[in-house]
Amino acid sequence: MLPNNSEIAAAPVVLEPLRRKPFNRANFVVSVTLLAIAAITLYALFNLENKYIPFGEGLLLMLDNFRLMFLEPHFKHFTFGKAVYSALITLGLAVLTTILGAVIAFGVSLLAARNLSGNRMSGFVRAVVAVIRAVPTILWVLIFAVSSGLGSVAAVIGMTWHTISYLTKAYSEAFEEIDNGTLEALKASGASRIQIVFQAVFPSSLSYLISWTFLRLEMNFSNALAMGAAAGAGGLGYDLYMAGSLYYDIREIGALTFFILFFAIVLEIGSTRLKNRLRKGALNNGKQG
Amino acid sequence: MKLDQFFLRKRRRTFFIVLGVLMVAWAASALTEFNLAKGILSFPEAIQWAASNFYPDAKAMSKLPQIMSKLWETLIMSIAAAAVGAVGAVVFAVLGSNTTKVNGFFSTAARFIATLFRNVDVSAWAMVLLFSFGQSGLTGFLALLFASFGFLTRAFMETIDEVSGSSVEALKASGAGYLSIVCRAVLPSGTPQMISWLLYMVETNIRSATLVGILTGTGIGFSFDLYYKSLNYASASLVVLVIVMAVLVIELISNAIRRVIV
Repeated sequence: MLPNNSEIAAAPVVLEPLRRKPFNRANFVVSVTLLAIAAITLYALFNLENKYIPFGEGLLLMLDNFRLMFLEPHFKHFTFGKAVYSALITLGLAVLTTILGAVIAFGVSLLAARNLSGNRMSGFVRAVVAVIRAVPTILWVLIFAVSSGLGSVAAVIGMTWHTISYLTKAYSEAFEEIDNGTLEALKASGASRIQIVFQAVFPSSLSYLISWTFLRLEMNFSNALAMGAAAGAGGLGYDLYMAGSLYYDIREIGALTFFILFFAIVLEIGSTRLKNRLRKGALNNGKQG
Repeated sequence: MKLDQFFLRKRRRTFFIVLGVLMVAWAASALTEFNLAKGILSFPEAIQWAASNFYPDAKAMSKLPQIMSKLWETLIMSIAAAAVGAVGAVVFAVLGSNTTKVNGFFSTAARFIATLFRNVDVSAWAMVLLFSFGQSGLTGFLALLFASFGFLTRAFMETIDEVSGSSVEALKASGAGYLSIVCRAVLPSGTPQMISWLLYMVETNIRSATLVGILTGTGIGFSFDLYYKSLNYASASLVVLVIVMAVLVIELISNAIRRVIV
């Protein structure tokens, strides 16, 4: 005989244990993290210092400023040609610090990779690099500026210094992904350290190295802007600072912002293209060799 | 022989790549008027100067409570900016992602706005916002918020593309509505990855907050700038030390969280 409806309703026991999700450590940590961040955020928003202007009024002013910036940009103190030159300087700073940083970081990361140097050495280098990375780039630039003066030398050294620490972490992690068998086989067949590095380590991690280096190039472009604004390194950032803090010309800031946008987007597209081409080249090389 | 030719070609290619990189570096240093010799020489000078001047003394230590309160202000501002930015980024990422977009128009618009916010640097945002909100904490907060929003939208979009795909199609085929697909399948499976990005953003924001603080005159960046410009290097070095501690602690915490959830 088929059970009638009331009998089905009276036997819900089977589904009971599934109603509550079983305890899961990962889910628990996710909830706690989100709750903590939400609590801190609410606290921060209520305590946000805002002594000059009511929020609503400021917001309207901001929208109006955005309108002036993006819809009515003009050049008054700078010319178009000068802005292009400034943009090239910013780009030059980014490229130069990335190249210098990448070359030095390659050497340092050989010491920082556990499988290439050894536990103690790698631990030491990593700790030093982590501390260097924790100091914001702008502070490094300002610290170097005390002895060599504000300008491109301090900016290049400070930014390179931070780039080294960033790329060392990235590179050494890429090196640690390398198959240990390859390294041991090379060692056993009597290959020298230099041969191991250039015939095995470099080619097999090249694809990672390229991605990280180009990511850092994009970061260094925005760093170069910031260094121009805050440490007088020249380039678009410095122009922006002048337009904002000296001439109070929001329309000129708009024009410079368009330049920044243009160069940043071109850099992003260009580096994605170049990255893919180099990667393809690296992969083909790996297949042939 | 063929093998010889192969190695010759490989060597020639390496040579040209190295030559190209060197030329680019040379052009860049000419453009920026950077002198490599001067740069290398000034490095030991800087170390020497730092060793003799750049460490906190007893007088600087008395300013520690003041500095710590500025640090706290900066810390919670960085976290709040990342969190509020993440909320906006989730919406824009869902609208912009290829797998969960509502229609082509919204997707393109969302992507365009995210690109705009990401590619204008945080320092540029700070300069612009200074016009509207003056030298207050709100300026710094909004600058960090805009930068976080732009970056996180891109990161979340990639996460959503990665985790959805077949599950979205399966749910669509079984007749699930748009909202239930997004809220019940796409977002939950992407949560660990998105939290990981959020934590990364917090770390980045603390570093950028220093810069924004220098530009807008708020928080820990302003403290550093103040001591630095009044040549009080002992106190400035204390600020640097405090920032390093904060960044390292945040990094440790977020690495611990990542290890459990991802």
